[in-house]
Amino acid sequence: MITITRSDLRRTLGLVCILLSAGLLLGAASSSPWAKISAKDHARTSPLTSRPDSIPAGALLYKDNCAQCHKADAAGDGHKKPGLRTDRIKSASDGDLEWFLRQGDIAHGMPSWSRLPEAQRWQLIAYLRSIQQ
Amino acid sequence: MARYTYSFGSISSRFFLAFFLLALFSALPGTTANGQEKPYFITYSHDLEEPGNLEIESKTAIGRPTDSHRYGALASELEYGVTGWWTSEIYLDAQTTGQESTLFTGFRLENRFRPLMREHWINPVLYVEFENITGADKNMLEVVGHDGEGDLAEPNDDTRQEHEHEAELKLILSSNLKAWNISENFIAEKNLGHEPWEFGYALGAARPLRTLSSGKPCTFCLEKFTAGAEMYGGLGDVASLTLGDTSHYVAPIVGWQLPVGRLSFSTGFGLNSNSLDRVYRFGWATELPQVGTWFRRNGGTR
Repeated sequence: MITITRSDLRRTLGLVCILLSAGLLLGAASSSPWAKISAKDHARTSPLTSRPDSIPAGALLYKDNCAQCHKADAAGDGHKKPGLRTDRIKSASDGDLEWFLRQGDIAHGMPSWSRLPEAQRWQLIAYLRSIQQ
Repeated sequence: MARYTYSFGSISSRFFLAFFLLALFSALPGTTANGQEKPYFITYSHDLEEPGNLEIESKTAIGRPTDSHRYGALASELEYGVTGWWTSEIYLDAQTTGQESTLFTGFRLENRFRPLMREHWINPVLYVEFENITGADKNMLEVVGHDGEGDLAEPNDDTRQEHEHEAELKLILSSNLKAWNISENFIAEKNLGHEPWEFGYALGAARPLRTLSSGKPCTFCLEKFTAGAEMYGGLGDVASLTLGDTSHYVAPIVGWQLPVGRLSFSTGFGLNSNSLDRVYRFGWATELPQVGTWFRRNGGTR
């Protein structure tokens, strides 16, 4: 007959907690927004790269749609609305940024910008790239 | 039965006060107009208000039922983005009918919830509304059950006595495909006074006239205009689910994004003998960005 003592139970529960915590930490470590993006989306490139007018057009779109949260200088509000001159943006591909704009992060307050035509999302990305220098 | 007993004078002064407040809010510095809002009057897309933003909108409907007087109805709306997936709204409704009277016809409280946090081919939104309106309401923000021209032709003195508490549920399905938005709404409405569930529908499609931004701060550029159409009507009730004995409309729509707001217009054409021949609608919306930060110290940086 197998008897389970209180200390066995405590040890098992402790082990489960450690495993769960490790799982959560691993999940958090790979929870970069770009980690969820498919290879197909990641590989997409902007069709407007050769058009220099994309940057001023994107700047206007940024002013109309993004500046109210991320501020005119893209520095964010230091709280929930992040700045946009970051290594994370610099390291992202055009496809990553287009995916993120299209999907948003609705659970954390970033709306989906699928309401903007795709061409305008690429113009926004051209502007975002231009302010990283 | 509860009755509205407002006098003509007090109601019309409230009506004009509402107009005045709308005009005042529209003129506030800091108002913005976000790009590519859909100019639908009846149909909802899956676009929710951005978190922290307050949209102030007015929708006017003008029509004339056969053998009755011309009327104008105004719905004034405050819409607040509570979170990225929850938008809450309040509507105040009023109407004026030629040679009859001007009435405040009640209020509506509505909430829209987006259950899925990702963008899909079809994006569902759940809509829940409570209405406390009189039978004199002529805004026609939805058509359900056996609604028809006859309801709009009844004299205000009679219809203002009908006090309706209604719950309304909508399933909103919406897709942004290329530059198009295509939306389908399925409506179920229940008068809480022991009346059957009534059903209706609204369909809409719209797209900007130009998808690429010109990069100039212009007012008349094509990308500032959105055009499309919506179709809406009743589907009967639980006892008789039908496309007949109700009204249906098809309405071309156009929206114009201005620096301080959005102007929209549509003409609805009745598709059967139960419908009004035409309904003209005008809309004006402006947005106050990040209203929540107005009440925080340090400009909202907590």
